[in-house]
Amino acid sequence: MTRELWKGNEALAEAAVRAGVDAFFGYPITPQTELLEYMARRMPELGRTFLQAESEIGAINMVYGAACAGVRAMTSSSSPGISLMQEGLSYIAGSEVPCVLVDIMRGGPGLGNIQPGQGDYFQVTRSAGHGDFHPIVLAPSTVQEAVDLTYLSFDLAFRYRTIVIIAGDGALGQMMEPVEMPPMREPTVDRPDWALSGTAGRAPRIITSLYLDAEELERTNLRLQEKLHAIHTTEQNWESYQTEDAEWLVVAFGTVGRIAKSAVRAARGAGIRAGLFRPISLWPYPEAALDELIERVQGVLVVEMNAGQMLEDVRAIVQGRVPVRFLGRMGGVIPLPDEISAELAHMARMHQRGNGFGSQHRAAERSKIL
Amino acid sequence: METSIIVSGFGGQGALFAGQLLAYAAMESGKEVTWIPSYGPEMRGGTAHCTVIVGDEPIGAPLVRNPQCVIAMNLPSADKYEPLLKPGGLLVYDDTLVRRALVRDDIRGIAVPAHDIAMRHGSQRLVNVAMLGALLAARPVVELAAIESALRVHLPARHAALLEPNIAVLRAGAGYIGALAGA
Repeated sequence: MTRELWKGNEALAEAAVRAGVDAFFGYPITPQTELLEYMARRMPELGRTFLQAESEIGAINMVYGAACAGVRAMTSSSSPGISLMQEGLSYIAGSEVPCVLVDIMRGGPGLGNIQPGQGDYFQVTRSAGHGDFHPIVLAPSTVQEAVDLTYLSFDLAFRYRTIVIIAGDGALGQMMEPVEMPPMREPTVDRPDWALSGTAGRAPRIITSLYLDAEELERTNLRLQEKLHAIHTTEQNWESYQTEDAEWLVVAFGTVGRIAKSAVRAARGAGIRAGLFRPISLWPYPEAALDELIERVQGVLVVEMNAGQMLEDVRAIVQGRVPVRFLGRMGGVIPLPDEISAELAHMARMHQRGNGFGSQHRAAERSKIL
Repeated sequence: METSIIVSGFGGQGALFAGQLLAYAAMESGKEVTWIPSYGPEMRGGTAHCTVIVGDEPIGAPLVRNPQCVIAMNLPSADKYEPLLKPGGLLVYDDTLVRRALVRDDIRGIAVPAHDIAMRHGSQRLVNVAMLGALLAARPVVELAAIESALRVHLPARHAALLEPNIAVLRAGAGYIGALAGA
């Protein structure tokens, strides 16, 4: 296998191409735009569909239409654009058609800025649109992982007829790293047996998210919940790093997850037995694996580029068994290893004194937002 | 072991490209590497920089607070990164645009006449690669030959006429440091 240097956004696009994406619809927004630009060049070369929509709302509804026809459809955007797509995402979820969405998160709320952020965690895992549904959310921390997860994402989307969101951030989108690209898959010609492919020789099919009868809509919801339950039990994905003998556990995802690795190495160099739990699937959250680790550690440090969103998932799993501390940076500021290892050192010190951090902070503490 | 390098200059001076050359060369030399740019308004006329981390193990953080090496192609870059360098770090700066003495005595500063070198080879656009040559002579993160290969493969076709001058200034930048060491 040859290693090539790829920029995150372009690598994501090429991975989708190799996974057999048939149609890409999108609208430019920094720091995601290179993905769209790459697709604008690459998709026509291969005789596939690229269309720049008039807005994110247009793009997601084009994805909806293409997905109903049973093709591999995707779009990509960044935080404010994802907000605009919410109605379409809810319709796609209600209609149970598959698609892939890339969110290269930036600083918010509002227009915010174009620097990296993780403030969309709630949005992508909880509230991607109205109604009861969750997309599968995958959070790569390296360009290689972004490629591997994107390559996998269409299979997941089609297996479950669901939305798969690749949740990255501006740092991942803009950075370059060596990558081994997976082999090119040809787009499949066969359409699924639920797809709207023309009624010649068969009975009409209906794909809809509208059920005016209450009991019918409840039955539809129950079926959807059953599917979500199946996803929840089978698709949890994570990385544990140096957790075997860890006393102090950092929990971080995406770009912060890889930065935390450096912090764990530094902390270990200073004699603190630190480890990292890095969720790769943000929904379903890797609850079982984290739950098992909590039994063996003295405390948890959650680090995010937001005000404490994944923190709520971690707290729900920890349930007060050990203290949980939080370090968050916002506005596009990226936490660096020295801040994280300083927090770990503080936790270990307070624990040694046998008071402080352990007894004063029963549940999660929102540490100083630096 | 990891080495962190920041390349910084005015937008248009080629700081990002010099960092990419280093990243390509590191990858081709079998090393792990990350390259991450500053992006946004600074690309349009202000100061642009990139951070390159080269290591033997997979890279964790692609960014550092206190870099080990800095290439400063203009005064704002020197002003910004001199205080941030790790003690014992290396600051390579262009003596045409950075006309001041360094403040710190716990870092190694090397003034390079990169502008003069570049102009001797026909274009001030060659400053970035002259600086890269100087850095690598002082701190051999990758072989110069690996940068030459990267130039041959990755210099955009529209700049093909600048390939040989780029290779020449790479060597001249390195040669300047070699001459300093020999003196």
